[in-house]
Amino acid sequence: MATSMPERSRRMRIKNLIFFKALPLLILPLLLSGCSMALMDPKGEVGSEIKSLIITAFWLMMIVVIPVIVMTFLFAWRYRNTNYKAKYTPNWAHSNVIEAIVWFVPLVIIAFLAIITWQTSHSLNPNVPIDAEEGTEPMEIDVVALDWKWLFIYPDLGIASVNEVAFPVDTPVQFNITSGTVMNAFMIPRLGSQLYAMAGMDNELYLIANEEGIYPGRSTNFSGAGFSEMIFAAQATSQEGFEAWVEKVRQSSETLSFEQGYEELAAPSVGHPVEYFSNVPAELYDNIVMSFKNGTAVQPGHSGGHGGHGGGHAAEQDEHGEGHDVAMSAEVAE
Amino acid sequence: MFGKLSWDVIPYHDPIIMVVVAGMAVIIAGLVAWITYKKNWGYLWKEWITSVDHKKLGIMYFLVALVMLIRGFADALMMRSQQAAMALGSPEGYLPPEHYDQIFTAHGVIMIFFVAMPMVIGLMNLVVPLQIGARDVAYPFLNNLSFWLFASGVILINVSLFLGEFAKTGWLAYAPLSGIDYSPGVGVDYWIWALQISGIGTTLTGINFFVTILKMRTKGMTLFRMPIFTWTSFCANILIIASFPILTATIAMLTLDRYLGTNFFTNDLGGNQMMYVNLIWAWGHPEVYILILPAFGVFSEVIATYSRKRLFGYHTMVWATMAISFLAFIVWLHHFFTMGSGANVNAFFGIATMIIAIPTGVKIFNWLFTMYRGRLEFTSPVLWTLGFIITFTLGGMTGVMLAVPAANFVLHNTLFVIAHFHNVIIGGVVFGMLAGLTYWFPKAFGFKLDEKWGKRSFWCWIVGFFTAFSPLYVLSFYGAVRRMQSYDNPEYHVWMLIAWVGAVIIMLGIVCTVIQFVVSYRNREQLRDVTGDPWDGRTLEWSTSSPAPFYNFAHLPEVKSIDTFWEMKQAGEFETSKPPYKDIHMPKYTAAGPIISLFATILGFALVWHIWWLAIVGALGVFVSFLARIFNDDVDYYVPASEVERIERAHHERLTEYSKQHDVRGNVGTMGAQS
Repeated sequence: MATSMPERSRRMRIKNLIFFKALPLLILPLLLSGCSMALMDPKGEVGSEIKSLIITAFWLMMIVVIPVIVMTFLFAWRYRNTNYKAKYTPNWAHSNVIEAIVWFVPLVIIAFLAIITWQTSHSLNPNVPIDAEEGTEPMEIDVVALDWKWLFIYPDLGIASVNEVAFPVDTPVQFNITSGTVMNAFMIPRLGSQLYAMAGMDNELYLIANEEGIYPGRSTNFSGAGFSEMIFAAQATSQEGFEAWVEKVRQSSETLSFEQGYEELAAPSVGHPVEYFSNVPAELYDNIVMSFKNGTAVQPGHSGGHGGHGGGHAAEQDEHGEGHDVAMSAEVAE
Repeated sequence: MFGKLSWDVIPYHDPIIMVVVAGMAVIIAGLVAWITYKKNWGYLWKEWITSVDHKKLGIMYFLVALVMLIRGFADALMMRSQQAAMALGSPEGYLPPEHYDQIFTAHGVIMIFFVAMPMVIGLMNLVVPLQIGARDVAYPFLNNLSFWLFASGVILINVSLFLGEFAKTGWLAYAPLSGIDYSPGVGVDYWIWALQISGIGTTLTGINFFVTILKMRTKGMTLFRMPIFTWTSFCANILIIASFPILTATIAMLTLDRYLGTNFFTNDLGGNQMMYVNLIWAWGHPEVYILILPAFGVFSEVIATYSRKRLFGYHTMVWATMAISFLAFIVWLHHFFTMGSGANVNAFFGIATMIIAIPTGVKIFNWLFTMYRGRLEFTSPVLWTLGFIITFTLGGMTGVMLAVPAANFVLHNTLFVIAHFHNVIIGGVVFGMLAGLTYWFPKAFGFKLDEKWGKRSFWCWIVGFFTAFSPLYVLSFYGAVRRMQSYDNPEYHVWMLIAWVGAVIIMLGIVCTVIQFVVSYRNREQLRDVTGDPWDGRTLEWSTSSPAPFYNFAHLPEVKSIDTFWEMKQAGEFETSKPPYKDIHMPKYTAAGPIISLFATILGFALVWHIWWLAIVGALGVFVSFLARIFNDDVDYYVPASEVERIERAHHERLTEYSKQHDVRGNVGTMGAQS
């Protein structure tokens, strides 16, 4: 009873104002802190540079965003129709000074941002090799997106793995990315950039890990029913750790080549377990890329995992309801 | 006989779909029964279905859009619930990928093509001819045909719910996933025919309004005296004409791939999926400007009217709109920087995208300076506008962040993109259309919408929006990507739950809008707009009665300046139309549009299910009914002057009555200008 009606409604309005002004402030600390946020706590050079780029761009734009939000509240409140103290100029609709400023300020900010964009588009382009300490050769890993798993081939070591990739820290890694199926995108958020994986194309992505750890990676481009579980673990290890990992892979009794085993592996499967292949010809990657040019491509959906025929939900369930097991039972990892 | 169609294609096994279908069946049966009981079929057919009146078509577009909004929103709520379910300890949620993938595809397709587009086109229909002082559009029959072709798409996408399936590809159906090899079902075919048929309708609308605005302006209305909403609509229609044929051609090539085994976009045999992605975005990017430009126009009208002040920097606004329209065509590649095009290409498209922020920023400042030294009335359209300025500015900022290629490499395909485009589409297009709906509602129906429920709707939408989408920005920094049916990361949980709460708050906003319609209809006598100028408007549409007579203006007005109606009122020059009246030349209503579209629907349905004989029936039907229309010369008539006089006199009597009751100073003609 103590507060009169107008006062209460005013207080409510002020509350609304505070709510709006607080919004960017609420989001901001999340952007800056977030120790467990993959993009704000990168583990490699590329990721770190992108992080600072995002923050720079954010603050640059705040130069316009904050005044706009403040002006919105200020003007709306000051020139409310009940405020007769405020000046009212119904026919005023043009001012060279204001128009010059409103064109000029965004122009300057965008010009500045454009320069940064031009530079970073080149310096952070995925196919730009990363400088490392002398004597450190970049490691080459071929990446093949399959339904719905990742095949990693080490052409120099003659081994391959599924849904797990390992590389030593502080060593630039050159990922050659392609797809044996529909378009996917390869990404390890903690390390930085993603890149599309497309059938018949070879895309190069350089990444580096500067800290040991196991970083989740995944496909970010929707590729069908098993997309959500198209994930892998990227292990950034010490040199010794990497050698131990290679040794582990070499222990596997499984081998893989384009003629033998690839077709089975390429068959759709969801939540595919980690698999190792001890003997893999270096040309497997090229075979996969070229298969879409020379007519040797594995025909899609030969075990039917990519949706039903005839379109009916019911029909599909009858034919191959248990998509999960289709390929998993075919080849067991360990 | 029935191609792929059989009893098995009905998704009996999915209780969610079956309940929805049962609900829809009950509602439709109820509607049919009610219309039959009220003996309204004849009225519906004669006054609405065959109507070429742009105002009625505008209303029908909006009506369908609102119904589809509810369906699209139901999809959204299901997606948010699915992702929230993981936070509540259900690792796979309640929707299998099979179903979830259809839902996010349907959500995107419905919201863009069957909610946002019809709202924008509906509003253009309702407002543009009135603003330019025309009696109808340039091609009234085409306008009716456009609507029914659009309705045909709506029917097909709804049929997909209970006969077969919808696409499981994402709303743009990227090849090769949408190719026959990877999507052998009928879902993509539904997508193809629903978009192809309604897309042709949209192209016709674009041509229609382009010609209407260029050729049908009333005396004295030069291009630079056109109201700003007409200007933005004009640019949107240019974009439609230039971009929708790309969509048509792209879908046609995908159709050939799927039906005839060509290899435009397949993985092998020389197909090029990158071409598909380029083409679809060469249409897709202008498309978002087709949606947002008319919304900009709405905000410009609203802010000037309720500030009781001229729009600040009219010419700048126009040039900024044109600049945005031009730039809309040279930025499409920013949707796929991660394709690996190379640094120079990426940088070019990134910078071109950022440049759009300049004219857009100028527009925002112009709205702000329109309020400056004005007398702003806090009506619900103004709240939508203020909410828009803030929401859209933030969305624009995240858009520019996405436009920096190197930053895009980690933000692309994550929930950041989802949050960004909802930020601009909800904050821009939805807010704009709801503002426009409230603002022009009296012109369509003769009474205003209830303000209290309008404001409640606004608060729910804006609070709901930030609650639902701010968490998605946060999630993207955890690496959460779009289109996930499931995830295994406990860090996402709390944010997914908050986002779900936000979606529920938005739902309350939609409920408020529905209540608003009911309440306003019930109180329509108190909310009656007798004068035709309820807001002290500035442009020609407010100079005629509400609802506007079917011929719009008894005498075509003459324009002398930008805010011509407002200035006439200021000068005391404006008088509602006086006798003598002349005969008015008007287009006849026609059944050709609905009939052609009915056959087009049959054609689309038959092609989806490979029922070739029925496809021939549909195609022949379209062709023959179109021919019949072409050879029909009896397409117009004259409204006799006596009929015009009867209608105008009734309006004048209501005005006189009203001014007596309300003791309004001045003569009836200048009623709006009280202050």
